[in-house]
Amino acid sequence: MGIITSVSIWLIPCFILLVLVVATWKRIPAYEMFVEGGKEGVKMAFTLLPFLVGMIVSISILRSSGALEAFINLISPFLIAVGIPPDIIPLALVRPISGNAALGMTTELIDSHGPDSFIGRLASTMQGSTDTTLYILTVYFGAIGIKKMRYALKVGLLADLIGILASIIVVTIVFG
Amino acid sequence: MVNIIWACMAIIGILYAIFNGTMDQVNEAIFESANEAVTLSIGLISVLVFWLGIMKVAEQAGILRMLSKLFRPLIRRLFPEIPKDHPAMGYILSNITANIFGLGNAATPMGIKAMEQMKQLNGDRDTASRSMITFLALNTSGLTIIPTTVIAIRMQYNSLSPTEIVGTTIITTAISSVSAILIDRFFYYKRIWRK
Repeated sequence: MGIITSVSIWLIPCFILLVLVVATWKRIPAYEMFVEGGKEGVKMAFTLLPFLVGMIVSISILRSSGALEAFINLISPFLIAVGIPPDIIPLALVRPISGNAALGMTTELIDSHGPDSFIGRLASTMQGSTDTTLYILTVYFGAIGIKKMRYALKVGLLADLIGILASIIVVTIVFG
Repeated sequence: MVNIIWACMAIIGILYAIFNGTMDQVNEAIFESANEAVTLSIGLISVLVFWLGIMKVAEQAGILRMLSKLFRPLIRRLFPEIPKDHPAMGYILSNITANIFGLGNAATPMGIKAMEQMKQLNGDRDTASRSMITFLALNTSGLTIIPTTVIAIRMQYNSLSPTEIVGTTIITTAISSVSAILIDRFFYYKRIWRK
């Protein structure tokens, strides 16, 4: 684990080092190129803004109204019967929709159940092993102007479902 | 599909608030979350500017080409439609590498550049191409091997072993990434067979 952690700390600075050394060696105007690329970044952030505002507002309406919670209460008897802790459901539902909301929920679950509890470990694994499908879809397709996404959403959401089920099963086997 | 999901989340929320008397909270959430989203977008500027700047230098220096040569055999199988020397390959590889090391913020600009290149390959149309969907499937399935943010949170809450979830995360990521590719292939071939 020590090696993996240091690799992830070293990776970015070493990558930057490599880029700058190679660029300087090849006599490429590195700083001018950096600025030119950076300008695209400013443009990109502003392109993303309306996509993010739209999506985040809609999710927070659903959450703040209490509709999401009511839905969870409705299905919890079924979940307990199958062996899925109902507390994890909000996270499982929000994970594909909003990364920040999911991270907030993971933090909340770790806070209320403890990091080394079953739910704490499950939330940690779930948070780490899936990604925010709707966010990625919105950002990637939004930034380049894709309007017809064909079967992309279906693939993303099905993969999320498998990821969520897999994390429940794997955590149950390893820590259960 | 996103149009429907987007509208339905808000519609269900508002209708529920009418019968549940939570309109106050909804009203507050609308303005607060809009504000939060703007803060998030502005916060993204620093990362986007820095990484797109560095990536531009890397691109000019030929580093993306070097990377793509290294991993080409594996990625070519996943993206059969992308020509082997195309810059899209380099961006896809950088994105995947960044994701694997849990550098979500660094992965996004590279992912967007990869998408731009794939759009050009697809004749600049506004329809998602096969390779774009495969790329999305890979990205949405996680890919993270070191969940740095989660480990940091676990440390904050005094976990006895903050990194103990790395193992389960790797196994789960592997399962969901392989499934994502299989599901992607399933939907692709289903479309082909129908025609």
